[in-house]
Amino acid sequence: MSFAAITVESLSKAYRIGLKDEMHDTIVGAATSWLRAPFRNFRRLNRLDTFVDCKDSDDIIWALRDVSFEVRDGEVMGIIGRNGAGKSTLLKILSRITDPTRGKATILGRISSLLEVGTGFHPELSGRENIYMNGTILGMTKREIDRKFDEIVDFSGVEKFLDTPIKRYSSGMKVRLAFSVAAHLEPEILVIDEVLAVGDAEFQRKCLGKMQDVAQGGRTVLFVSHQMDAILKLCHRVMTMRGGVNSEPQSPDQAVAAYLDEEVVSSQPLAERERFQSRPRLPVFSKLVINGDDDARQVISTGASLTAEILLSDINDLRSPECAIAIVDKTGKRISLFHTWYHSRLSIGRKGSAWLRCIIPQVPLSPGIYYIDLIVADGREIVERVERACELQVVFSDYLGTGTLPTERQGCVVLPCDWTFMSDAE
Amino acid sequence: MSLVAESSNRTPLNKMQRAVPPVVTIIEPRSGWRLIDWKELYDYRDLFFFLVWRSVKVRYAQSALGIGWAIIQPVFSMLIFTVVFGELAEVASDNVPYAVFSFVALVPWTYFANALTDATASLVNNSQILSKVYFPRMIMPLAAVVSKLVDFGIAMILVGGLMVWYRIAPNWGVLALPLLVLLMMLTAAGLGMWLTALAVQYRDVNFGMGFGVQLLMYAAPVVYPASLIPEKYQILYAINPMVGVIEGFRAALLGTRPMPWNFFVVGSITAVVMGVTGAMYFRRREKLFADVA
Repeated sequence: MSFAAITVESLSKAYRIGLKDEMHDTIVGAATSWLRAPFRNFRRLNRLDTFVDCKDSDDIIWALRDVSFEVRDGEVMGIIGRNGAGKSTLLKILSRITDPTRGKATILGRISSLLEVGTGFHPELSGRENIYMNGTILGMTKREIDRKFDEIVDFSGVEKFLDTPIKRYSSGMKVRLAFSVAAHLEPEILVIDEVLAVGDAEFQRKCLGKMQDVAQGGRTVLFVSHQMDAILKLCHRVMTMRGGVNSEPQSPDQAVAAYLDEEVVSSQPLAERERFQSRPRLPVFSKLVINGDDDARQVISTGASLTAEILLSDINDLRSPECAIAIVDKTGKRISLFHTWYHSRLSIGRKGSAWLRCIIPQVPLSPGIYYIDLIVADGREIVERVERACELQVVFSDYLGTGTLPTERQGCVVLPCDWTFMSDAE
Repeated sequence: MSLVAESSNRTPLNKMQRAVPPVVTIIEPRSGWRLIDWKELYDYRDLFFFLVWRSVKVRYAQSALGIGWAIIQPVFSMLIFTVVFGELAEVASDNVPYAVFSFVALVPWTYFANALTDATASLVNNSQILSKVYFPRMIMPLAAVVSKLVDFGIAMILVGGLMVWYRIAPNWGVLALPLLVLLMMLTAAGLGMWLTALAVQYRDVNFGMGFGVQLLMYAAPVVYPASLIPEKYQILYAINPMVGVIEGFRAALLGTRPMPWNFFVVGSITAVVMGVTGAMYFRRREKLFADVA
């Protein structure tokens, strides 16, 4: 039995959140409040950290509650859970970025964490210089970087631009360079937060391959991801976080299946939904109307048509905006993508916001649950992605005119065809 | 139902039983006072080096005058002070031309002011990094203090030129310059650590910094000689370590007075107290930086 590389014992973390400012309806009230503001602000700022008396008061939220688990040496442990379930907080504590409020974690071995790619990149510095900057920030020594420098450059594929300031790089090049540095970290324990979701599809495949090497190299890895296929491929055991509490680690299959069975589409309006953004900005996707209805759960029948209308907001800063909707299955695997450019050569106006309509004449999916993802890109850079913007329940209809359909297990797409009997064979 | 069949029978690949690694990290709530972890700082020396180098390199990127800005600031202050205080107000300048008198003071003062400002802003400006990766936080303000030495060095070359111009020869006191530079750096680092730690939580510090530094200049003998201060207040005056530094520079380079060792000792005591308390305060607040920055 190998030793426990990471031992976490009832780890908890509380954050104090800002309470709403009080409103005043008299001038006198507003004036006294304004005069008292510096004192109030001082008290508030001063309390940002004090959890000595952390009872469950209104403005305290527990991002983690009594999380305990163990990761054996050489094991790849996956962590899944919704946004806000405490995954990132847990990783931040284990990477020593922030302190726990209670509890203890013991880590045996040199640990590196990768919560972001390209930390410390400076736009004025060249690619070469940024490799060193980023590498040392991630905890490598100059000598280690010297040794792996060629490998890093090879992997990134930007050797021609090595001495160009990275502010002249395309965003894709930047991300590739950043991931290459990160991929060449060689600590005993590696903590990774959703960094595979970068770059274009080809680079993502390369990243996943690299991650698989790392995972099979006998290193201890703690891996957070929303991409279930990556979790299934890489992890030995998987733990699910819900509201700051962790589940017992399970086999990847069990954990992922259980996770996916939970309700996945939130009932919030689209504009307030959690989303991936390549850089902080106002949400682009603000409305999604399917077949004339803006509900986040839709039912259609196999083979029926689907009309999606999408409101994009605040897109005036995008040079060549492209939009796509994707139909994905329960595991997050894409079944089909419907793209403004590939499908319709559509240029989106840049007047700040735009309503787009996409008509899919037939959706020949087997009955089951599917989801619609929304993606907006600027050239090759994905600007925003809302996963599971809408749940699509496909129900039976006599699409083939035979009264039956193949089941989901026999294939997720039902394509029409014609079988005929030609003749008796010899 | 199995979602992906081939993943179900996978087990950790532990063909070789590895020995328990020697590095043990224990993470738990920290409280109380801690001193500087020298070993950890040493382990991160490469990062320190690259941070210093980055700030030097980036500071004058894409500017026409480039490193010339390092001397423009003290030179123009000198010109204005020479006209206003030297010519118009006729402030005493210990029998050397006012221009060189004020410039010799302005070079260490400019270093101090810029190092302090940069150090104070270092964590707030890099809050993005703070929340994504761990490293000894103290590296940030210390790198700012060290990187400003480049500007200081360049301005010192100009001091040399000015002395040749005015035909002023330095004296044996120049041997004390390294000590004075150390004192100057310690002062900037000590106060810098206090202010950095405060600035993360209270942005007021950043707002007050600009004019605070300006006011502080008049608490040091930059535009006037220390000899203007009444005898009985001199030691009190020297509590500000920059008094000893500036008067020391003048003594060594211009020979306006004997090396003020009494100022130096008093100033060093302040600087050491400020450095130790600054480091302790910084270490105490450190755990919050990622949460409140």
